[in-house]
Amino acid sequence: MAELDTSGLNTAGLTIDRVTKRFGEQTAVDALSLTINPGEFVALLGPSGCGKTTMLRMLAGFETINDGTIQLANRTLASADTHVPPEQRNMAMVFQSYALWPHMSVADNVGYPVKLRGLRGAAYQQKVQQALALVELDAYADRMPQALSGGQRQRVALARCLVSDPSVVLLDEPLANLDRHLRATMEHSFRDFHQRTGATLVYVTHDQTEAMALADKIAVMKAGKLVQWGAPETLYRQPRTAWVAGFIGQGSQLKVAAGHPGKLLEGAALMRGLNAIESERTQSVLVRPEHIQISAALASSAAPTHNQLAAQVESVIFRGERYELTLRLPSGETLLAYHHTAPDLGSQVAVDLQQGWCLEPDQ
Amino acid sequence: MTSALIFDNKTGNDNKYGSQHRWLLSSLLIAIVLLSLAPSLRLLMEALSDLAQGRQSPLWQVLSSASTWRALWHSLYTSGLGMLIALVLGSLFAFATTLTNVRGKAWLVFCFMLPMMIPPQVTALSWLQLFGPASPLLKSIGLAPPLGSPQPLYSAEGIALLLGIQSAPLVFLALRTSLLSLPRELIEAARISGAKQTQVWGHIILPVTRSGLIAGGAMAFISSLGNFGIPAMLGIPAGYYVLPTLIYQRMANFGTGVLAEMAALSLLIGLLALAGVALQQQLMNRSRFGLGGHSGRSHDFTLGSWRSLVTATLVGILLIILVAPLLALIISSLVPAMGVPLNAETATLNAYAEVVGRQGATWRAVNNSLWLAGSAAVVLMLLSLPLAYRLQRLPERWRGMVLSAIEIPYALPGVVLAIACILLFVRPLPIINVALYGTLGLIFIAYLARFLVVCVKPVAASLAQLDPSLEEAAQLAGAGPWRRLGSIILPLVAPALFAGGLLVFLLAVNELTVSALLWSAGNETLGVLIFNLDEGGESVLASAVSVLVVIMVASLMLTLSLLAPRLPKGVIPWQS
Repeated sequence: MAELDTSGLNTAGLTIDRVTKRFGEQTAVDALSLTINPGEFVALLGPSGCGKTTMLRMLAGFETINDGTIQLANRTLASADTHVPPEQRNMAMVFQSYALWPHMSVADNVGYPVKLRGLRGAAYQQKVQQALALVELDAYADRMPQALSGGQRQRVALARCLVSDPSVVLLDEPLANLDRHLRATMEHSFRDFHQRTGATLVYVTHDQTEAMALADKIAVMKAGKLVQWGAPETLYRQPRTAWVAGFIGQGSQLKVAAGHPGKLLEGAALMRGLNAIESERTQSVLVRPEHIQISAALASSAAPTHNQLAAQVESVIFRGERYELTLRLPSGETLLAYHHTAPDLGSQVAVDLQQGWCLEPDQ
Repeated sequence: MTSALIFDNKTGNDNKYGSQHRWLLSSLLIAIVLLSLAPSLRLLMEALSDLAQGRQSPLWQVLSSASTWRALWHSLYTSGLGMLIALVLGSLFAFATTLTNVRGKAWLVFCFMLPMMIPPQVTALSWLQLFGPASPLLKSIGLAPPLGSPQPLYSAEGIALLLGIQSAPLVFLALRTSLLSLPRELIEAARISGAKQTQVWGHIILPVTRSGLIAGGAMAFISSLGNFGIPAMLGIPAGYYVLPTLIYQRMANFGTGVLAEMAALSLLIGLLALAGVALQQQLMNRSRFGLGGHSGRSHDFTLGSWRSLVTATLVGILLIILVAPLLALIISSLVPAMGVPLNAETATLNAYAEVVGRQGATWRAVNNSLWLAGSAAVVLMLLSLPLAYRLQRLPERWRGMVLSAIEIPYALPGVVLAIACILLFVRPLPIINVALYGTLGLIFIAYLARFLVVCVKPVAASLAQLDPSLEEAAQLAGAGPWRRLGSIILPLVAPALFAGGLLVFLLAVNELTVSALLWSAGNETLGVLIFNLDEGGESVLASAVSVLVVIMVASLMLTLSLLAPRLPKGVIPWQS
């Protein structure tokens, strides 16, 4: 890949302050606030209908906002009474459908934003050439978009984004239409693209693995509201609510009589809390499968030690590098665990829980 | 054809029942295709016969006659000018109602589409009532020109204006289809690239929809070329003949004696129309860019302070091209005689009483048309389901050819089909010795041939949308082919089938062009009635019949619009 001259890139930070969008009676985005630093790769993550695409379209200027403000490096883009049209925001966007103009060649598609900015002649050619080289499509400059494959179209859309040195690049589920193999390749090229350009990227997706793999920071949204905002590791290790814990990564939620929301429970305290009587176990705790140790199968007569729980194997699924087990605890709760061998279905095993994360209840 | 059918059968030798069912349907398909092609082939034979006679042959005589070339030029001039008018009106409405946030879109579209479904002779009559010294509307408001001043519509430009208004909905539909398939993202991508609203129009919207515009223009041109009602009502009084009216006039004056020459003339106009259809289909194919993306909701350009102005302009145009002529028509139907102004003393419902009450020619024509259109609709509905079902199972290339074959009698100008039917049936049918010429039976057969495709297309579209697994599941459950057709397919495509039947009825009940050449005393149709009444100076009666026709058309259109949510896209011609 060619080196891109990133000095011209006027990357800027975005401030989203209590932004609200209503469609009739329905509130699509509800007082959402985020501060995105220059050069950050941010994912808006949530199930479909959570308002993430509406938020992105408000950033682009395709939707007006009802309340709050959107600022780009201290310039107000949108508020209840101001609305800078999309063409004056100096942003770029990769659409889910690529949105390549069918009547223009690849080079014309890529060059359109800089042509509108008045660039002509050799300078124009050079810009287009540079952008196409960055996505390794220089050989396709004269093709029509219809003659390209899905992945190539995606890259043309990316090239069109960088050509005008935008302050912010918006991506609307850009991988949703691609097959699994291509997604992996494109994920790599997005990461690469971000490292090379240092642009501020806002990426909308409903796929948590995609968001975790790509983003520096993730905003998890549900029903128009921001549920949690943090680095992927934080979301995985310290999810705020039971819903986020269920949405991101795998794990089991158990009821214990110990701990406080937002605190870690170490092994012994966790075990004590689990062994309490049912009416006292009110705190939800998330236990990730990698924090569960399975000891050798118990003889039916033997009792587990006080630091272990007895559990029955309900299902065993082969996942290649390991087995995924569903265990039934005496309390009736189920537990997801990994193990390197496959125990018999219905057999009793001894389980050792090393740590758990205490969750807030959902609103 | 047979080889394709056998090829298609290779999977279905499982049981005798199934192959019998397939064989029956295939025979039906072949029979229908042959019957659709028969009139055109007969016409071709007649026109090209006796070529050996050299200068004496009918084709040569027609081609060397000055009146042929004059009528051809008149046809091209009026249709060309009409096409330009249609392009201006159609694209204005298509852009405004598809891409901007004007008010009352649904009603604007409905009213704009109405002229397409109003029979041309009614359009012509209503405009004639709007202008001229005898116009009851102008008399009533005291603006009538002095007696003896010319009727401005009796001219080439008058014909072109009305052709343009009548075919503008075709341009509108073609353009609207390509605008709706224009994904919103393409426009948004341009906006965020830095294009202003005006630049988006020039750089993206016009280039992407250009072929839709050209195809719409071609359709307007073809439809104007085959139009009979408008040039007949406006041109014949002025001695201005286009090809269809020339054929009509010759047939009216000389009868079947000039059939060979008329066949040659028909061939000329038929070839022109088919060339136009071919051009238009090629353009439509090219306009499909294979646009990816979501075209669910089209882009709304915010008109801002222009919104009211644009809305008012569109409403104003509709007032001129639709409301004013219809108002003139209604007023004319309420006065005792032409030239009398309408006021509290002169207003009378006599004309309506005459139409509805008396058992004369008027009532007979209404009766004839209702019977013809109703039975054509029923027969075609019965034929369409098995036909479309068999068609669905043909290889794609064959399906296209069959559809083209049954499209020909509809694509040809009505006059051409009428001449072809006369040629085919002018002698009594062999063996059974039944003469169809001069009976309602001939008109009925011509309607079946002409409107078959109108009924088949919605059913075929609906079948194409059907998930094949629905039928496969019924098959696994043990349902035989006829049972599947009746209990699975029929209920699912019933709305499309019903819509097809209604469309046939709507078109057939007002049909003029075919029946103008095929009717005989006692066998008038509604279309011929209006034409004859106006020619005979009974404009008031003609207006009353026309008002009733417009009410019927509008209510049938509304019924179909109510069906729309249950139909595949594109079935209802005024919605897309």
